[in-house]
Amino acid sequence: MKTVDEVQKKTKAPIGWDGKTLKEMRAEIDRVSKETGYYAGIKDLTFKEEDPIRFEKIFSKLRGGVVHARETAKRVAASPIVEQEGELCFSLYTPEADSIVTSTGIIIHVGTMGAAIKFMIENDYEDNPGINDGDIFCNNDNHVGNVHTCDVHTLVPIFWEGEVVGWVGGVTHVIDTGAAGPGSMPMGPVQRYDDGYQVTCRKIGENDELSKDWLLESTRSVRGAKYWTLDEKTRVAGCHMIRDLVLDVIREEGVDNYKRFIREIIEDGRRGFVNQVKMMTIPGKYRGVSFIDVPFEGLDLPKFAQQNSIIHTPSEITIHKDAHLEIDFEGSSRWGWHPFNATPVSITSGIWVMLSQTLVPNDRINDGAYYASTFGIPLGSWFNPDDIRSAHSNTWHGLVAGWTPLWRGLSRGYWGRGFLEEINAGNAHTSNWLQGGGYDHHGELSALNSFESAACGVGASAVKDGISHSAALWNPEGDMGDMEIWEILEPLLFMGREILPGSGGAGKFRGGNGWQSLRLGWGAKEWTMLVAGAGAMATDCGLMGGYPGAAGYRFSAYNTDLKERIEKRLPLPLGGDTDPDYPTYEKNMNAEVVNRDRQAVTTQEEFDDYDLILNYLRGGPGFGDPLDRDPKLVEEDLNDRYILHRYAEKVYGCVFTEKDGEYKVDLEATKEKRKQIRKERLERSMPTKEWMKKEKQKILNKDASKQVQLMYAESFALSEKFTDEFKEFWNIGDDWMIYEEDLNVTKLGRHINRFKNNA
Amino acid sequence: MSEQKYDHKVINELVEGTLEWYQIKNMMSSHKDPERFKVYREVMQERVSWDDPILLPLGLHLYIVLKENGERIVKCDCGHEFCDYKENWKLYANIFVRDTEEKMNEVYPVLMAPDPEWQVIREYYCPSCAAQLEVEAVTPWYPVIHDFEPDIDTFYKDWMNLPLPEVKSKG
Repeated sequence: MKTVDEVQKKTKAPIGWDGKTLKEMRAEIDRVSKETGYYAGIKDLTFKEEDPIRFEKIFSKLRGGVVHARETAKRVAASPIVEQEGELCFSLYTPEADSIVTSTGIIIHVGTMGAAIKFMIENDYEDNPGINDGDIFCNNDNHVGNVHTCDVHTLVPIFWEGEVVGWVGGVTHVIDTGAAGPGSMPMGPVQRYDDGYQVTCRKIGENDELSKDWLLESTRSVRGAKYWTLDEKTRVAGCHMIRDLVLDVIREEGVDNYKRFIREIIEDGRRGFVNQVKMMTIPGKYRGVSFIDVPFEGLDLPKFAQQNSIIHTPSEITIHKDAHLEIDFEGSSRWGWHPFNATPVSITSGIWVMLSQTLVPNDRINDGAYYASTFGIPLGSWFNPDDIRSAHSNTWHGLVAGWTPLWRGLSRGYWGRGFLEEINAGNAHTSNWLQGGGYDHHGELSALNSFESAACGVGASAVKDGISHSAALWNPEGDMGDMEIWEILEPLLFMGREILPGSGGAGKFRGGNGWQSLRLGWGAKEWTMLVAGAGAMATDCGLMGGYPGAAGYRFSAYNTDLKERIEKRLPLPLGGDTDPDYPTYEKNMNAEVVNRDRQAVTTQEEFDDYDLILNYLRGGPGFGDPLDRDPKLVEEDLNDRYILHRYAEKVYGCVFTEKDGEYKVDLEATKEKRKQIRKERLERSMPTKEWMKKEKQKILNKDASKQVQLMYAESFALSEKFTDEFKEFWNIGDDWMIYEEDLNVTKLGRHINRFKNNA
Repeated sequence: MSEQKYDHKVINELVEGTLEWYQIKNMMSSHKDPERFKVYREVMQERVSWDDPILLPLGLHLYIVLKENGERIVKCDCGHEFCDYKENWKLYANIFVRDTEEKMNEVYPVLMAPDPEWQVIREYYCPSCAAQLEVEAVTPWYPVIHDFEPDIDTFYKDWMNLPLPEVKSKG
């Protein structure tokens, strides 16, 4: 009889290069890259230098091919998220899962799909279940390194004469993956087991054909099976197009040249990244912080999840003398019982999305940049949970906030160097996520996640205003989609789409404005809705005197009299809620329930015909002192309704007149008004050091809301460095401390705690 | 030495914010000009009324400058001098904290402003000219953020291969 070891022993020849297994190849790449400081030990780019035209030709073919595959394959999808918004991406990898070239789209998945392939390599998939030509694998397991459950990966190995020469991965953001709440980023999940249908790097097809058991199980596990099915066909089609392309390139160029190319292009990416850092930034330390509210008290959730908390993400960028980029997130909040947790790969990989829009704005997005950087990702934090139970379905809530100080930090470097055209004051919190599900207006079990959030306001630059209602950092090609398409697919009619004045942060250059869609329930049989966005807190700071983008809020109305009003042709709530201090919707309807508050995250609520819900897409932060803004630009803002009238004077110091709906700024009066505001600033402010004495007293008295105290207690429990710096700044003695256990919060999940000597 | 890609006039317009979008777009789309810093620093020096050599522009109104005694300090374009460049200039600024709904409402409609129970807005002004130099949106108690600590010597010596600006001798 055979022993277990003998049974498990490989019976097949290894599928890596030169008789190695993929696992051996992975270990070798890591070792050699670390030892030499060059990717795969490539000290000289001999191919690129000796035959540069050929080298670039191969690159262009591959890059063009993956972009083409994305553009073509997305037409297969029915989901507006993929087809309208372009929420998909394809990437080509080495046998060891390092990215070579990537398409446009949601390029955060350069890292996440690589993490999935690495997971298969690490777990000896080569032996069991086996990796063969024609296999198809699927992954969306958050804890393998995915962003969130709805990002479903299709992974296909590429073989050449019995050897794996690479992998191709395709990802789409699927509209629903069967979570505790409907939609792709639902509220409701607080544990992994609520996050929906999770597939852990599973072989789902052989010989280029999907298995029937997979097709049946997967489509029965999600709402909106047609979207799921066509998304999968999209991914498989794209992967196979790219596999064919790679095999064509190998036939044309020879496999040895292809192997040389994929090593050198990554090393080239690494060097290119270092050069860009040196070209555009300044060595030193850049610090920032972001916050996002988790207002869960009283929500329809397990008791242990019903608490208000804050996701705190301090960041310190160090640009070293050799241009090595290091980003440390020490001091960040603990992971929690909410769907906003993340994985290390998602936070680091998302940083490339950002950097590709500023620091490395070229098509050489590959893992070279990864090898030129270091990240400090504290274990136990919200983006590195020490417990597989953490939920991730709406991970972007925290991620989008966590990245915005990095834009600002790098922008300080660009300012110092004079590259003002690259400055970005930060990004909008790309929400709200308007979601729902049930039996839709076609009678089908379905779900929605309105991706209008792909068109939020952009942060201001140092030379112009941020672009309004146009983009999201996670998909630089962002688009709000056509109302007509959304209305076909969702049981919600549009009562208007309108710019929200003042949603972009004020400044010399203002942040791009956000906007609002008002939606009316229509035609669904059994439907629920929820909102998910930042509410009580601004997630950014503004830059060099600019204000943060506005915070969020919700508006919804249930059991309205709109049916009757429509029949009688009476005025209706239409357009945006353009000045929430003076709301008009309520003047044009009656409703049993009106929610108008800062509760910008909710769990499912039943939603009927003629109910109303507002989708508020946020604005970006501003740049520079608003008093420095050219009065003519303020005049344009007034006439184009980008700001509310009263803030033209209060914030921008612009005195104006109005005649027949046209605004004109009085330049002389403005000059005087601005002088007066500056005088008032000095009168009502105080020297920072004096203010610090007062603030210190508040700290000593523990005078702050519970959620604020909890935020500090979590960061203190996880980080000695953060605690020391906090105490040193405020000059507070050893006897002062805030502990989580003193705040009457759940004990569940609070494992790592340096005060309990178990860290 | 290669010709300058952008002259003083263009860079001055960039700083002024008066370049047309097509010019900015071209600038963004093309390779960066290595000599930008040199031209930019000279432009910034021309724009201020004082003579202390600018070592590094630090913010919209702020500069790290070299004093006659060799000190490097943070200075506002109005002439106000804050502190040594290694310290956080915000500690030497004036501060105004928006920590009530009323104060928030001066900038945003109530529901579009942060809830002061969760977050406050801190505005840092120059004590002389009252320019709003930085705005922080943070929780109460948050230490004042030291945004940027540049390594000026490495930058000039190792990265730019430029001599550090010197104080002009008088007379």
